[in-house]
Amino acid sequence: MLSLVRSLWEVFRHTFARRVTVQYPEQKAYLSPRYRGRIVLTRDPDGGERCVACNLCAVACPVACISLQATEDEHGRRYPEFFRINFSRCIFCGYCEEACPTYAIQLTPDCEMGEYKRQNLVYEKTDLMIDGPGKYPDYNFWRVAGVAIGGKDKGQAENELPPVDTHSLMP
Amino acid sequence: MRLNLFPLLVIAVVLFVVLNLSAGLIWVERRLLALWQDRYGPNRVGPFGLGQILADSIKLFTKEDWIPPFADKPVFILAPAIVVATSLISFAVVPFAPGFVIADLNIGILFLLAMSSLGVYSVVLAGWSSNNKYSLLGGIRAAAQMMSYEVFMGLSLLGSVILAGSFRLTDIVEAQRGLWFVVPQFLGFILFLIAGVAETRRLPFDLAEAESELIAGFHSEYSGMKFGMFFVGEYIGVILVSAAISLLFFGGWLGPVLPPALWFAVKTMFFICLFILLRAALPRPRFDQLMSWGWKVMLPLALVNLLVTGAVVLARR
Amino acid sequence: MTVATIFIDNAPREVNPKQNLLHVCLSLGYDLPYFCWHPALGSVGACRQCAVKQFRNEQDATGKIVMACMTPAAEGTRISIADPEVVAFRAGVIQGLMQNHPHDCPVCDEGGECHLQDMTVMTGHRQRVYSFGKRTFRNQYLGPLVNHEMNRCIQCQRCVRFYREYAGGHDLNAFHLRDSIFYGRHEDGVLESEFSGNLVEICPTGVFTDATLKHHYSRKWDLQMAPSICVHCGLGCNITAGERYGTLRRVVNRYNHEVNGYFLCDRGRFGYEFVESSLRIRHPLVDGKPATRSEALERFGAVLRKGAVIGVGSPRASLESNFALRALAGPDHFFAGVPDEESRLISAMVRILRDGPARSPSLDEVEHSDAVFVLGEDLTNVAPIMALRLRQSVRQAPMRLAAGLHIPEWLDHAVRETVQDAKGPLFIASPYATKLDDIATATYHASPDDLARLGFAIAHAIDATAPEVIALSPELETMAAKIAAALRGAQHPLVVAGASCRNRGVIEAAGQIAWALCKVGSPASLSFTMPECNSFGLALMEAPPLSEALRTVRSEPVSTLIVLENDLFRRAPANEVTSLLRGVQHLIVLDHLGNPTTDAAELVLPAGTFAESDGTLVNNEGRAQRFFQVLNPSTDVQESWRWLHEVSVAAGSKSMERWEDLDDLTATIAKEIAAFGALPKVAPPRSAVGKIAREPSRYSGRTAMLANISVHEPRPPQDPDSSLAFSMESGPGPVPSSLIPFFWAPGWNSVQAVNKFQSEIGGALRGGDPGVRLIEPSRESVWQYFSAIPPAFKSRSGEWLLIPVFHIFGSEELSRHAQGISQLLPRPYLALNPAEASLVGAKAGGRIKILIEDSQFELEIMLRADLPRGVAGLPAGLPPFDGIQLPLFCKLASVGTEFSARGVL
Repeated sequence: MLSLVRSLWEVFRHTFARRVTVQYPEQKAYLSPRYRGRIVLTRDPDGGERCVACNLCAVACPVACISLQATEDEHGRRYPEFFRINFSRCIFCGYCEEACPTYAIQLTPDCEMGEYKRQNLVYEKTDLMIDGPGKYPDYNFWRVAGVAIGGKDKGQAENELPPVDTHSLMP
Repeated sequence: MRLNLFPLLVIAVVLFVVLNLSAGLIWVERRLLALWQDRYGPNRVGPFGLGQILADSIKLFTKEDWIPPFADKPVFILAPAIVVATSLISFAVVPFAPGFVIADLNIGILFLLAMSSLGVYSVVLAGWSSNNKYSLLGGIRAAAQMMSYEVFMGLSLLGSVILAGSFRLTDIVEAQRGLWFVVPQFLGFILFLIAGVAETRRLPFDLAEAESELIAGFHSEYSGMKFGMFFVGEYIGVILVSAAISLLFFGGWLGPVLPPALWFAVKTMFFICLFILLRAALPRPRFDQLMSWGWKVMLPLALVNLLVTGAVVLARR
Repeated sequence: MTVATIFIDNAPREVNPKQNLLHVCLSLGYDLPYFCWHPALGSVGACRQCAVKQFRNEQDATGKIVMACMTPAAEGTRISIADPEVVAFRAGVIQGLMQNHPHDCPVCDEGGECHLQDMTVMTGHRQRVYSFGKRTFRNQYLGPLVNHEMNRCIQCQRCVRFYREYAGGHDLNAFHLRDSIFYGRHEDGVLESEFSGNLVEICPTGVFTDATLKHHYSRKWDLQMAPSICVHCGLGCNITAGERYGTLRRVVNRYNHEVNGYFLCDRGRFGYEFVESSLRIRHPLVDGKPATRSEALERFGAVLRKGAVIGVGSPRASLESNFALRALAGPDHFFAGVPDEESRLISAMVRILRDGPARSPSLDEVEHSDAVFVLGEDLTNVAPIMALRLRQSVRQAPMRLAAGLHIPEWLDHAVRETVQDAKGPLFIASPYATKLDDIATATYHASPDDLARLGFAIAHAIDATAPEVIALSPELETMAAKIAAALRGAQHPLVVAGASCRNRGVIEAAGQIAWALCKVGSPASLSFTMPECNSFGLALMEAPPLSEALRTVRSEPVSTLIVLENDLFRRAPANEVTSLLRGVQHLIVLDHLGNPTTDAAELVLPAGTFAESDGTLVNNEGRAQRFFQVLNPSTDVQESWRWLHEVSVAAGSKSMERWEDLDDLTATIAKEIAAFGALPKVAPPRSAVGKIAREPSRYSGRTAMLANISVHEPRPPQDPDSSLAFSMESGPGPVPSSLIPFFWAPGWNSVQAVNKFQSEIGGALRGGDPGVRLIEPSRESVWQYFSAIPPAFKSRSGEWLLIPVFHIFGSEELSRHAQGISQLLPRPYLALNPAEASLVGAKAGGRIKILIEDSQFELEIMLRADLPRGVAGLPAGLPPFDGIQLPLFCKLASVGTEFSARGVL
């Protein structure tokens, strides 16, 4: 019985406590750079499209809200022909970012994406693409990968030896 | 025959005040709960969020009025009306100020008790007509709870009746001119307060609608304004019980300086706030705990209180 | 089969003692990594990945590390797979193999179905510690079908072993030395082998990938897949077709021990692209203009009500579609859409198989034949996988030598060292040199009639009661005796023939040989190739040939002709087809690609290809096999039988009303035509099996792929015809072998997941291989030898017998329209013996004029010394000659001269 009275008193004392509510639209909350908000596609330091259309983000997505189609330019550089995220399904779990081998897909500290029409939550590549490298300013997948693309021949990637001359028998 | 317009005026004023107050209580309750939980509560619509009351009523009135196809239609519609009607009728005997009463019956207290206990029909019928097992369970719980708490509710205020020597509420208030009955009848006050909370099915005694186990119990199937009627009925009940407490134990309109009606309002408001504080602070008991409390603790205490009061009064005579 | 008990990690297991430890461990379901080993190629112990620890006895705690693939599963063998030392050994090996592997997986087509990925994960290797430079290679252009990315190679040698030793190719080899061995051609160029596509599956990583898939790439996990049957020849190889975003993306092998085993030919693997060809009909056409579905059905109904209907079926349409047309037109008015001669030949083949004692073998039995005689067929181009099987069959007899030395069959290198160049008896008698000639014991190239005479002579040499061939040359006599002796001496002799020569004598001669062998007590089998994927099935319906249709049109009032998935202009000379079409008021065609017949039609209905329909095909063995819908078309495309059913129900026909779905239809066919009694058993009915997902459990993009059209996701399409679901929904319980939509098992993402579906590695699928044989040889000996032996071919002066020359790419109607294959089609040419060419004054690379019946063409000349005298070759099935029914006599003239009445001479 006494405990009931005490809890009544404890609660009543909160009349004079500071309120913790953040008055959101006027007061902005601090979102860390690692916050999992709106998803973007970034560019590598050379300004090229980072996404290589490997489909790993799509397969990692637990709600299957990413779909894309791979294609190649004339020099063998792979990129997505289309890249679509259905944000009406997205749960912002960040698995796509974890799965991405090229740091192309990144979640940003922006959560203000409300729409009156659900259809507007379907983002295409043009809506997702940003001009910078995002959180990872230095990485460029193509400098590491073994395939040749325009401007980078076989043997020119990091840690690669020049191509073997198969017509030579020199050891 | 001269038409006496005064009672009609009183009725109009009482209806206006009670209905508005009960609507306003939605806002009051949400703000107070927020205050005690270090939040703001509704503060966006209008000044201090007062527009929330209007917004809520518009919402309730414009929502789809859905009657489930499996429900017993007439009873389903009737149930929410009963709770509002009985609670409102109870106000007929409540004296707001000397002379400002609709019907100053000599059995005012009995009328009050009778009317408020009719309210349980609303809950039982709602639960039954919904044809939904959770609703039915809620209804049954309400009936059992009402039955147990009604008994000592009546007994707990008999102390005040004995002291005042009358069932008429005006007499009881007048009898407290020297000393509020809360002093001699402190146990009676506590018992009545607990019974009152139970009677209005407010937390911590809201087992009839217990969200966590009965998914809103008797009013699971209700929506729109029918649901709103239950809401309003509950708040009217809260006002009524608070008013009864201030009349029976805190001297009703009696008080220095301020006008009597204001004193009455202040006292009633205080107890309304106490109701809300109870909701903010206390957890819900199990149903078996509720029942054993009612029968094994409250009822004997009420009887003891009655016995002692009676004995003291007899001894002093 | 004897059984040995071995101990794996101290657990006693019963295994096949004829096999190696890797084979039995995988058969028992253990996950043991491997690279160089392949069930079809045997063990060479090159990659050192399948190491296990072997113990001498129960007391031996030390043990020694051995390669599981090189160690026999002898009775009492004790091994450990989980021993820490051997686990570390395997991790070390893969670390070495991965040393130079590039950082490519995200952009590699193999990613997600890569054996190397699977094995790396299985071994637990995850961190690269080697910090020196990676060796790199330049890639080669290997043609439009196979892509080369050499950096990824781990030097397992499988590609070269398959390409050279298994498939008999010459232009792929290992070059250079030590850690920089290069697998490729000596220079850039299209791979010559017809089986090059198998490199895609045989390569454990992404060195060889499907170049056609690259144009519309999709990961394996994203493909909606279904079991299907290849439609590009009569062998009925099992395939798995995959769809993504509404288009057919690729075809991979679907293991069927009895039919195609682990391999497909390039036509079967890459021919699928015709489904997305620009010629594709996707909407109904009324009077040549696009129309809606209801307009088309309305027109169809109106035409049906006008009068009598005849139907022309097709050997490339399913049994169900043919039957639906037969039911709509009536059995008397249903005609097989094949040329008369071909129809007669196929009926003869069916009769020989059904009435005679010789059994048609499955392709697996073909591989295990130890003496083979191929009569009149260019197998590599007509039935490629049979040619691949025959390449293995010539190893059967010499392998007994190895068995005598107690070398197990799977110990590939030792067996090859023992066998050296010895080859079992394989005799090829064909009108021109074939690619199989390199492994043949003896070859004979002659005109079709002469081939038939050789055949009859062999039969006579086997059994003297068979009619004798008169006036046979002594050389042929000797050859016949030699072949007869080889066939008689074999345990499993096989005779292969077919309709390629368009010569009845050839077919009867082949039957004669097989029968003669049976008569002398040899278990001979007789395999006929079929020109098209359902030729056998259509023949079992016993519908009259195309000319009968023309006769009916002339003799009866027929108002409507319905043509089912058939280009009549390929089946008969244009004038005959035109007169047939003129004889009717209305022409309705159901087909999937635009062709001259659809151009002439009043109403064209878009028929589903193998990818959009369900149905049954009967292969050359007489095996009925079901194919299932892979993609649910968003257009009006649907199965031909469904179109016919819809229109007949709309027209008020009672007979077809009861077919709600495929199971009803197959049950009806089984009831109405006795030959198809077993049809409902080809695959379990829909009611017998729970749902089976066409989509892998990792299928991605479900909620986004259609979001650009509407964010409100539609309900997945329902399949009324099979247990397969167009979703990831799958019921519990094992999947019946005929309904396996794709091979996948946890940890096994590559095609080699098939290991987990076989009763024994390299053996039958669990639950039996799919398909039901519809035909068995007669047990009664009512047959009689054929006595009509054709006279020897005499070359005519001024006229040449024009015979078809088959090409794997080009001779078949549909694959020709596949984008990749279309780059490899031969240009129309005329093949001539150089001696004949000099007669008409033609030179190699020059041009020549040719008069066929009444039409003249000018063609490039190709000199082929292997062509017999008096014979000229024309590529089969290649426009503009696809309507000409070969063989026939033609006249030749050098460019600039005119044809005289008696030829140029």
